[in-house]
Amino acid sequence: MSGLVIDEGTLREVALTREEYAEIVRRLGREPNRLELGMLGVLWSEHCSYKSSRPLLRRLPSSGPRVLQGPGENAGVVDIGQGWAVVFKVESHNHPSAVEPYQGAATGVGGILRDVLAMGARPVALLDSLRFGPLPGSRRHLEGVVGGIGGYGNCVGVPTVGGEIYFDEGYAGNPLVNAMCVGLMRADRLRRARAGEAGNLLVLAGSPTGRDGLHGASFASLELDEAWAERRPAVQVGNPFLEKCLLEACLELVDLKGVVGLQDLGAAGLTSAAAEVAARTGVGARIETTWVPRREAGMTPYEVMLSESQERMLVVVEPGCEAQVVQACTKWDLEAKVIGEVTADGDLSVLEAGAEVARLPIELLTGGVPTRQLRPQPPASRRSPPRLPPLPPAEVQAALLRLLRSPNLGSRQPVFRRYDHMVGNATVLPPGGDAAVLRVLGTSLGLAMTIDGNARYCRLDPFVGAQIAVAEAARNLVATGARPLALTDCLNLGNPERPEVAWQLEQVIEGIATACRAFQLPVVSGNVSLYNESPQGAIDPTVVVGMVGLLKDHRRRIPAGFQEPGDVVLLVGQTARELGGSEYLKVIHGVVHGPPPSLDLARERAAQSLVLEAAAEGLLRSAHDVAEGGLLVALVECCLLGGLGCQGRLVAPDDLGLDALLFGESQGRFLLSAHPRALPRLQALAARHTIELTVLGTVGGEVLRLEGLVEVPLAEARRAWEGALHD
Amino acid sequence: MRFGVVVFPGTWSDRDCGWVIERVLGAEVRYLWHRQSDLEGADCVILPGGFSYGDYLRPGAIARFSPVMEAVREFAEHGGLVWGICNGFQVLCEAGLLPGALIRNTCLEFRCQWVNLRCERDDLPFTHAIGDRVLRMPIAHQEGNYQADPATLSQLEARGQVVFRYCDERGERGGEANPNGSAHDIAGIVNPRGNVLGMMPHPERCAEADLGGTDGLFLFRSVLEVACSMAGIDRRSARGDRR
Repeated sequence: MSGLVIDEGTLREVALTREEYAEIVRRLGREPNRLELGMLGVLWSEHCSYKSSRPLLRRLPSSGPRVLQGPGENAGVVDIGQGWAVVFKVESHNHPSAVEPYQGAATGVGGILRDVLAMGARPVALLDSLRFGPLPGSRRHLEGVVGGIGGYGNCVGVPTVGGEIYFDEGYAGNPLVNAMCVGLMRADRLRRARAGEAGNLLVLAGSPTGRDGLHGASFASLELDEAWAERRPAVQVGNPFLEKCLLEACLELVDLKGVVGLQDLGAAGLTSAAAEVAARTGVGARIETTWVPRREAGMTPYEVMLSESQERMLVVVEPGCEAQVVQACTKWDLEAKVIGEVTADGDLSVLEAGAEVARLPIELLTGGVPTRQLRPQPPASRRSPPRLPPLPPAEVQAALLRLLRSPNLGSRQPVFRRYDHMVGNATVLPPGGDAAVLRVLGTSLGLAMTIDGNARYCRLDPFVGAQIAVAEAARNLVATGARPLALTDCLNLGNPERPEVAWQLEQVIEGIATACRAFQLPVVSGNVSLYNESPQGAIDPTVVVGMVGLLKDHRRRIPAGFQEPGDVVLLVGQTARELGGSEYLKVIHGVVHGPPPSLDLARERAAQSLVLEAAAEGLLRSAHDVAEGGLLVALVECCLLGGLGCQGRLVAPDDLGLDALLFGESQGRFLLSAHPRALPRLQALAARHTIELTVLGTVGGEVLRLEGLVEVPLAEARRAWEGALHD
Repeated sequence: MRFGVVVFPGTWSDRDCGWVIERVLGAEVRYLWHRQSDLEGADCVILPGGFSYGDYLRPGAIARFSPVMEAVREFAEHGGLVWGICNGFQVLCEAGLLPGALIRNTCLEFRCQWVNLRCERDDLPFTHAIGDRVLRMPIAHQEGNYQADPATLSQLEARGQVVFRYCDERGERGGEANPNGSAHDIAGIVNPRGNVLGMMPHPERCAEADLGGTDGLFLFRSVLEVACSMAGIDRRSARGDRR
C-alpha cells in the first residue's frame, strides 16, 4: 500500500480511507486519475453508498400485496386501488441546512420533489420533520429552515400539509431537516429510472450545470466541524420556479412513448444519475461533458461530473425520440440536450471533446465500496432514576400551562400558516391535527399522511423508541379513520464509527423491523443520514417515520378536535405508571431519563383496530392520539382544535399517581368523542378487542374542567399554547 | 359558457380553477398558454394564482409582457370579463389594468389562512349573487398588501371601486381582521367600467364543502349567470350548475 502515490489531503478531500483507495486500485488494476477519484469519492460516500447501514437495512420488511415498487428506486410506490398509486419518500438535508438554513431546506424540498417526479408521479403533498436546538438560540435556524421550505414549496405549488418540530439541546450544533414528498399517479404510468438498451440516448433537462454543490455528498458524510462556514460552497442554491417548469415538462414527458426512464440529479450529480440508471439494467453509459449546458465557461469535466446544481433531470430516450423531449422542454423554456448515450460495455466513460478523460466500471461505482464493519457496543448502564416528588392536585393546573407553553408541545400554527397547505384543492383535513388527509380528485379515496418520531425515546432505548415511532405514525393515521398502507423512514444518527452509535443504528433498524412485522407494514423507501455530530457531540438517534394511509371514502375522515356539545369524551387504552422520556419530566423536573413508555405491539394493534372499526361504522365525532404531554395535554388540544370545552372527572388508581395519570406518555391511547347514543356500541367493540374504554366526561362550554384538578378557561389555555413558539 | 384560464410558467391555481369550473360549476374551461394571443372565445378570462415567471423581480412584473396579456387588455377594453385572483391581481396591477400595487405583507411572512370578506358591490357581474353576506375565503400570499397613493385611494372609494374588504365574521373592519396591512382593508378592486376584477383571496379554494367552505361559488355563479344571460341562453342549457 505504501507504493501508492496518494496524499492524505487528496483522500480527505474526497472522503475516502486509505483502505478504500487500495481497493479501488486493486479492482482497477491501476491508480485512478483525479476525475475518477472524485467520481468514486462521491459515490462511495456514506450518503450515496450506505456502506455502513446497507447490511442492516436488509432487515426491514419491504414487500406487500400493494407494493408496486420498494426501496432501490427514487421513491416507493403503493397501489391504492381504482387505478391509482401513491408514491412517497423522505430524505434528509441536514448538513446543508446546518450551514445555510434557507437554501439547505429549500433544496431539500426540491430534491425530494424530483425523486417522486422521477417515478412519473405528480407531487401532491410535502411534509417536514425538523429538529433544532432550544429557543431562542436556534431562532436563526428555525426562521431560515421554515422560510426555505415555504419559499420553495409555495412557489412550486405543492402544498405543505404536515410536519413536526422538536427542540432539544442535542441539535444545537446539528439541526435536522427531513423532507417527505407524496405523489399520485395512474398505476399503469409507473416509470423506473432505467437506462434500457445500449444506444438509448441520455438527455439532460432543466437548469444549466454550474459550479455549485461540489462535493455535497462527501460533505454530508463528514462531521460538522468548526470550519463549517467554509463549507458554504458545498450547499446548492434552489430555483423553485425552474423546478415548477421542470415538473410540468417531465409530467408531459411521461406520456411520450419513447421515454424509457427519468432520473433525478441529486447528490453526486451527473456521476450518480448516470451510474444509477446504467446499474439498474446492467449496462454502461458514455457522457460527453462539452455537450452539457453550463452556467459558466471554463468548467472542467471534474466540475461538470460532480456539480450538484439543482433542478436537473436525466431523461433516457429511445433514439429518434429526442426531438420530442427537447420540444416538450422548450415549451417550458427549459434547456434539454443530448449529453451521451447508453453503452453495452458496463463502464461509465467520460469524454471531453471526444477524448476519454475517465472510464470506470459501473459496478465498481455503485456496488464496489467495501461494507464498513460496524463494532456495535451498548453504552454503559444508565444511572438509576431520580426520586420525583409527587404532583399535588393544587399544582396540576400550573404544570399544565407550563407544558402548553413548551415549544415542543405548543401550537404549530405560526409555522403552518407560512406554508400554502391548500393549493391543489385536495386538502380535506388541513395540518394541525393528527394527520392531514388529501382527497384523490375524481375518486372517493382519501390519503392520510403523517411524519413522526420521538428521539428522546430513541436515546433512552433505541429499540423501543423506533418501534414507538412506527406505532405512533400508524396511530396518527388511524385517528383520522385511515388504514395505514406503508412507510418511509429517515434514520438520523451520529458517527457510526463510534461503537455506541453503531449499536443505536442496529437497534433502531431492529425496532422498525419488529414494529413493521407486527403491523404488517412495508418500508417502501427511506434514507440514512449519519455523521450528525458537532463539536458538542452526536445527536440523539432520531428515527423519523413518514407514513401514508388510505380512506376508502374521504368524507368519513375524523377530525382531532371536539365537534358537538353534549358528546361523550372517551379514553381508549390503559395508562401505566410510566413517566420516562416524557415532556413532563423535561419541563417540570428538568431531567431526561428512562425507560421510555413500554409498547405492547399486540395491544397497540387492538386499540388501533378498535378505532378504525368505530370510524368505519360512523360512531366517532373526533379522535386524537395521546402522545407527548400525555392525557391532559391531548384533552386540551381536542378542546382548542374544536373550540369547545370539556367537563369531566378523572380518578387516579392508588398505584398510578397524578403525574403519570395526567402527563405520562403511555402508548396505545386515543381520546375520542362520540354522540352518547354511540356509547353502547363503542363499549361492545372495546370489549371485543379487550381494550379499556373509559368515559372521561362531556364536550361543551368554554372551560376545561376536571373535578378537583383543573379548571382552565380555553382562552387562557389557548394563549399559552399558541404562544409557545414565541421567544 | 366558457372560461379561459391563463397559464404562465409558474402558475399553479390554473388546475384548481379548472376543477371548479368544470366539475363544480359544470361550465367549460380552456387553458390559455401565455404565448398565445387568441382567447379561444372565452366569455370570462381568469388570471389565476401562482408565481408567474418565478416572480423574482416583482410579482406580475414579467407576466404583463406576455403575448396573452395584449389579448387580455384588448378583451377588457371591449368589455370582456377579466378576473385576477392572487397572482392574477398582481399581474393586473402591473399591467395597468387596475391601479395601485401589492407589496409585501406587513408581517413580512407568507400567510395561508382563512379570512372574512365584506362585499361592497353586489351589482357587478362577479358579485351579484353574493348579497350582503360576509364571505369566508382562504388567502395564500406574501405580497398581498394593497397600496396606492392617497389620491388614487380616494378616487377608488369615491367611484365605488373597492369590491372586497377584510373584516371579522360579523362584517366589522379593523383589528386583526386585515391579514396583510392593505390600505382601507382592501382585498379586491374593480376598474371603473366594472368588468376587470382583481382580488387576493382564492374563491376557487372554497367552492366545495369538503374544502371547508362554499362561499367562492357565489362569485363563479355570478359570472356564469351574467355570461349566460348576455349570450341570451338559459344557464341550464349551458350544462347548468350541478349543486
